[in-house]
Amino acid sequence: MKPRFVGQPIKRKEDPRLVTGASAYVDDIVLPGMLHMAVARSIHAHARIKSIDTSRASKLPGVRAVVTGEEIAANCGQLPAAGDIKNMKRPVHHPLAVGKVRFVGEPIAAVLATDAYVARDAAELIQIDYEELPAVTNPEKAVQQGSPILHEEFSDNVAYSFGWENGNTEDGFSKADTVVKQRFINQRLAPVSMEPRGVIAAIRMPENELVVWSSTQVPHLLKTQLGLMLGIPENRMRVIAPEVGGGFGSKLNVYAEEALVGYLAKKVGQPVKWIESRRENMAGTIHGRDQINDVELALKKDGTILAMKLKVIADIGAYYQLLTAIIPTLTGLLAPGAYRVPALKFDLVAAFTNKMATDAYRGAGRPEATYLIERIIDIAARKLGMDPVDIRRKNFPKPAEFPFQTSGGVFYDSANYEKALDRALEVADYKGLRKKQAELRKQGKYMGIGFSSYVEICAMGPSIAMASGGWESGTVRIEPTGTVTVSTGASPHGQGQETSFAQIAADELGIDMENVTVLHGDTARTPYGIGTFGSRATAVGGTAMYLALQDLKEKMKKFAAHMLETTPGNIEFEVGKLVMTGTARSVSFMDVVTSAYVAKKLPPGVEPGLEATRFFEPSNFTFPFGTHICVVEIDEETGEPKVVKYVAVDDCGNVINPLLVEGQVHGGIVQGISQALYEEVVYDENGQLLSGTLMDYAVPRAHDFPMFELERTVTPSPVNPMGIKGAGEAGTIGSTPSVVNAVVDALAPLGVTHIDMPLRPEKIWKILKLGRAS
Amino acid sequence: MDVKITINGKLYEKDIEPRLLLTHFIRDAAGLTGTHVGCETSICGACTVLAGGLAVKSCTMFAVQANGAEILTIEGMAREGEMHPLQESFWEEHGLQCGFCTPGMIMTCHQLLTRNPSPDETQIRGALDGNLCRCTGYQNIVKAVQSAAGKMKHRRGAAAGD
Repeated sequence: MKPRFVGQPIKRKEDPRLVTGASAYVDDIVLPGMLHMAVARSIHAHARIKSIDTSRASKLPGVRAVVTGEEIAANCGQLPAAGDIKNMKRPVHHPLAVGKVRFVGEPIAAVLATDAYVARDAAELIQIDYEELPAVTNPEKAVQQGSPILHEEFSDNVAYSFGWENGNTEDGFSKADTVVKQRFINQRLAPVSMEPRGVIAAIRMPENELVVWSSTQVPHLLKTQLGLMLGIPENRMRVIAPEVGGGFGSKLNVYAEEALVGYLAKKVGQPVKWIESRRENMAGTIHGRDQINDVELALKKDGTILAMKLKVIADIGAYYQLLTAIIPTLTGLLAPGAYRVPALKFDLVAAFTNKMATDAYRGAGRPEATYLIERIIDIAARKLGMDPVDIRRKNFPKPAEFPFQTSGGVFYDSANYEKALDRALEVADYKGLRKKQAELRKQGKYMGIGFSSYVEICAMGPSIAMASGGWESGTVRIEPTGTVTVSTGASPHGQGQETSFAQIAADELGIDMENVTVLHGDTARTPYGIGTFGSRATAVGGTAMYLALQDLKEKMKKFAAHMLETTPGNIEFEVGKLVMTGTARSVSFMDVVTSAYVAKKLPPGVEPGLEATRFFEPSNFTFPFGTHICVVEIDEETGEPKVVKYVAVDDCGNVINPLLVEGQVHGGIVQGISQALYEEVVYDENGQLLSGTLMDYAVPRAHDFPMFELERTVTPSPVNPMGIKGAGEAGTIGSTPSVVNAVVDALAPLGVTHIDMPLRPEKIWKILKLGRAS
Repeated sequence: MDVKITINGKLYEKDIEPRLLLTHFIRDAAGLTGTHVGCETSICGACTVLAGGLAVKSCTMFAVQANGAEILTIEGMAREGEMHPLQESFWEEHGLQCGFCTPGMIMTCHQLLTRNPSPDETQIRGALDGNLCRCTGYQNIVKAVQSAAGKMKHRRGAAAGD
């Protein structure tokens, strides 16, 4: 049966409710008797809490409860943190600070009131007497002796050290004709989902069940962890992720406020709501990146890479959130990028500093790797006098070499790096661009062309590499009336799997997409699952559904064979019916469904009903790849770099819905360009957050970008039966270095070899002025 | 304070606190939750509504300032079950992903197309500068506005020909 839906740019089933305002995000949910929580937070980066006076807040009319750290510590577990890294220091992390605060925005007390305005008023009335302590915000200083120590139960701020070596690095360096070195700063970013976080909790009868609505990417994990924290048996917990307004990794977590809302709802016996303000979001929702990468690359004079040394200092902030410890370790896995790097030595030190925790932000540890390898290879090309295209081509493994074991310690599943590069060169008209650049240079203008031939790690799984399992679940039920309900353990929040999963189910069963409903994000309506992150929902979750569909098809074939008096091997699916191969004989889809439910004439050994659940455990990650080419022009007067052309050729394996893939790539590219040019979370030396609002933190705007030119190559993944690699993070991972490479290329005539991100106009302006002066 | 505010053609008369933000009046007093709050500082534009035909950030306007005004929100865009061309085009062009910014985006675009029925790409991008989207990279939003502009022109043409 030829696919009717898979591969087509089908508009989303999600959208009618979203474009009409009918959808319900957490803040849109109102429950009878609902109270509102507000949180009093630390104004200091590092301080002892000498006393907390809640009396004025408690007396404010409308206030129902005020809680502080001791009460919560006595009644609620600590925040969970994954990672089993050797010698990892595990500091105490209560939902509300006890005794000491370690970053600006750390929750200290929570107020419950009948009205959200009153709750905020009351939080302001809480008097906290602090004894300020010296803060440390520089991770290199934090791990030195004499630094203020965040967690006094430990002797220093080294959260953990970690490292490994694959191949013989020293041997590679000893044989090198040239060695290039560079320090790269991968600055701290804020995820800034447009919907801030939000939580509602309510005790529901008759089971005394705690129902939690949270703007989360991981409802099942949240159910397990909140149950443990609050001492509620998991079978009396239900978590619902309603409409979720973006996550980008920031909602792949278990936060203090989720526990506080749950605790308070239980304590007062009324529903409780908390909606994060944007200021709270900037200070108290996880940040991303924040690594210093010292890279050395050894090469032969023809550009062949021999070995690489990578030292990473990760500034992880004051505490671990869920995946804080794990993210920087991923950087080592992907450090060789799309190249044959025979030996790699990776050393990582994670430092506690007086800042919010870093954790998974779109790409999560891999953008850092892609940035450093794509930058250092450009630096090497310039030193060797090679074209950036030639040095990349020289070091690509060939398609026949896959699965390809890298010195990062992973097996790349499948790829044709050269094909994507060649297509990008063609689309961008590389020769023409270089010609134009030469002409502009003659006129004293600065135009640069930047490359990024990235690879990335997607479809997370497998479980062996994941803290809490890397599988995913899917249930398919064909209802007695013939409509189909799919429920997935993944938890999409904008990616569009209500549509893409329906495309798959409809094609597999030969029915119309309108007859398929996809449920997600409610632990009571879906099988236990892991969630949506790491570009995994379709490649892993979609595969679980696909396997369940195969089970149902096999079962339906048995019913059809019984009805047509043949064997199941002679039955195939067509649109609306099951046909006996090579004959005109068939039974309708509906007749088979009816037969399975009325169960009067069951085939021998076959159970009634049409429902199947499967759990898919992937054997490996998938490794999407591609080449991005960025062209920038720099305003000589202001130093402002402008992206004037952007070509992306991505390969995410087989595609279910090209419209959705395109959307993922668009958004990813913009987030990546924005890291290169605009965004940075800034703390001053005292640990005060200077980028605490959207006035100060530069989320990019529509006018910052041209229209992108996108193309795809298709190299199916062998890791899952549909050959999908995943598309959620490629844009972000691929784009950042292409932009920086372009700006450095533009400024190369001035002798510039590197500039740290974000490439703000003033940095470039200074270079232009100094360059001219010299 | 007593206020009378008309939202999507329906009059809401309420006794409110003077500090109540217009966005909370719309969301809580009128129960129209399609208008979202994303930053509370008028930067992100998720709360954009039309007040007397003018796009305003309802998170930084007091409800009392809207006393007597006619407000149009996303819920008022579809007519008799038929989507507004902007809503249709956002759908068709995949101009949204998580959907949180979409109502504000559509209201801003509505003002743009009222003022300038045939905006070019630069004008569209400029008009969207008060509305942040973190999902789409604005690419398909620009396409959606172009498509909606075409549809609206066509419909006006058809109406004029009647």
